[in-house]
Amino acid sequence: MIMTLKEKISSRKFIITSEIGPPKGIDVKSNLEEALMLKDRVDAVNVTDSQSAVMRLGSLAVSRLLKEEGVEPIYQLTCRDRNRIALQSDALSAAALGIENVLVLTGDHPSRGDHPAAKPVFDLDSVQLINTLKGLETGKDMAGKELKGVPSFCIGAVVNPGADPLEPELIKFEKKVKAGASFFQTQGVYDVDAFAAFMDKVKSFDTCVIAGIILIKSPDMARFMNKNVAGIFIPDKLIEEIENAPDRQHKAVEIAARTIKDLKGLAHGVHIMSLGWNKLVPRILDKAGL
Amino acid sequence: MIITRQKPIDDILKCLDGIEKVFIVGCTQCATICKTGGEEEVKSMRQVLEGKGKKVAAAEVWDTPCNLLEVKKRFRDGKDAISGSGAVLVMSCGDGAHTVCAGTGMNVVPANDTLFLGQSERAGRFNEVCALCGDCTLFMTGGYCPNALCPKGLQNGPCGGAKDGKCEVNPEIDCGWLLIYNRLKDAGKLDNMKKIMPPKDHSRSIRPRRIIVDAVRKR
Repeated sequence: MIMTLKEKISSRKFIITSEIGPPKGIDVKSNLEEALMLKDRVDAVNVTDSQSAVMRLGSLAVSRLLKEEGVEPIYQLTCRDRNRIALQSDALSAAALGIENVLVLTGDHPSRGDHPAAKPVFDLDSVQLINTLKGLETGKDMAGKELKGVPSFCIGAVVNPGADPLEPELIKFEKKVKAGASFFQTQGVYDVDAFAAFMDKVKSFDTCVIAGIILIKSPDMARFMNKNVAGIFIPDKLIEEIENAPDRQHKAVEIAARTIKDLKGLAHGVHIMSLGWNKLVPRILDKAGL
Repeated sequence: MIITRQKPIDDILKCLDGIEKVFIVGCTQCATICKTGGEEEVKSMRQVLEGKGKKVAAAEVWDTPCNLLEVKKRFRDGKDAISGSGAVLVMSCGDGAHTVCAGTGMNVVPANDTLFLGQSERAGRFNEVCALCGDCTLFMTGGYCPNALCPKGLQNGPCGGAKDGKCEVNPEIDCGWLLIYNRLKDAGKLDNMKKIMPPKDHSRSIRPRRIIVDAVRKR
């Protein structure tokens, strides 16, 4: 009997997830190829929701397509484009399509994406959306109206262990736990000691924290992320390592595998964001002994 | 205060295309402070229009064009000059332009874009600090409004996109939620931030909004 992500989380198994980004358009061939490559190696695969506010094929459709291929999807649902009616409706749609895992995010502001003139919605925030999904599980919608057929979710949320200052992030993390999130995926971790300090601060919440691993594809990308991405800090030593490597893919795999090994006793799992290099994920997991 | 910015002059001239005579109306209040409709701006607009070969019937600064009774009185007093013009160019906020149209029935051309409800920090510097949501929660958030200061209007803390304390949407501005956090922390009120705030009730701000003040209703 194959366990679901929800069951694996409650049995405290070390969780391995990865992620794919739907295309701009309807050609999902490479999405499905990537998913099949990951199928026997990861517990579930996130499907991003028009990530970076760039319009793409819907995360719900691709989540369902993954499921049909036997890959357990984590449907990413952002607050960016939908009001509370659409959010509840899409969550019910996911449940009706057999999708249980929903990762709730605020979402990037549309001004950062490829349709900057779009109206930003953010009718609910991530904490309120988690609350809303928990409400649907009790058989009632936000208006208190009874549902015909009650959904069950495995609700995830995100946290940034590198946030500076950390306290407001911790306050929000606590609210997400209280609202009913049962697992967390984090921003990319490069500094294991800082992550350990974060885990120490959140251990009393007794929730599942899956550490984010973002492959460093080039020194320029690393510097760009250090400069522009909140809560990311890639130490100079790592940037030098990748700069001097004869084979950058090989080095990216090595660094990711090493980080995962170091995180094993600390995190409850790892979430590998390969940024298009999903074919490397099996090699990373081999090297990390997973 | 209502913050306005004058439209590019070419856009204004396009709206006045084919119109020979223009009546200019400014405003003694917000638009005077914004330098978009005070004595000086109205006078300079007159010169620009005359330079383009238009006749200017009058260039007046009203107190205030957003007051319908005042507009009707002005219209009665200056009916010939106003009615004899092809358009009234209103140098105030959209409220003023709308009200001048309602009170005169004239062809109204707005000279300004109306931007936001703003705090005047000092001369010529205005900040949006209230989003007119109709459901004030400033008592919970240390006097900083998350609806106005956070581009996403989040109710329960920062989105995680802030870098070095600056907003992901505009690195020139502070993260609204970090302002709230710091203020609440200093006041020993971080418990406020730990409460889960419910979703906003948007039925409180359905447009167009109108109220009749209770004291007036009773009269």
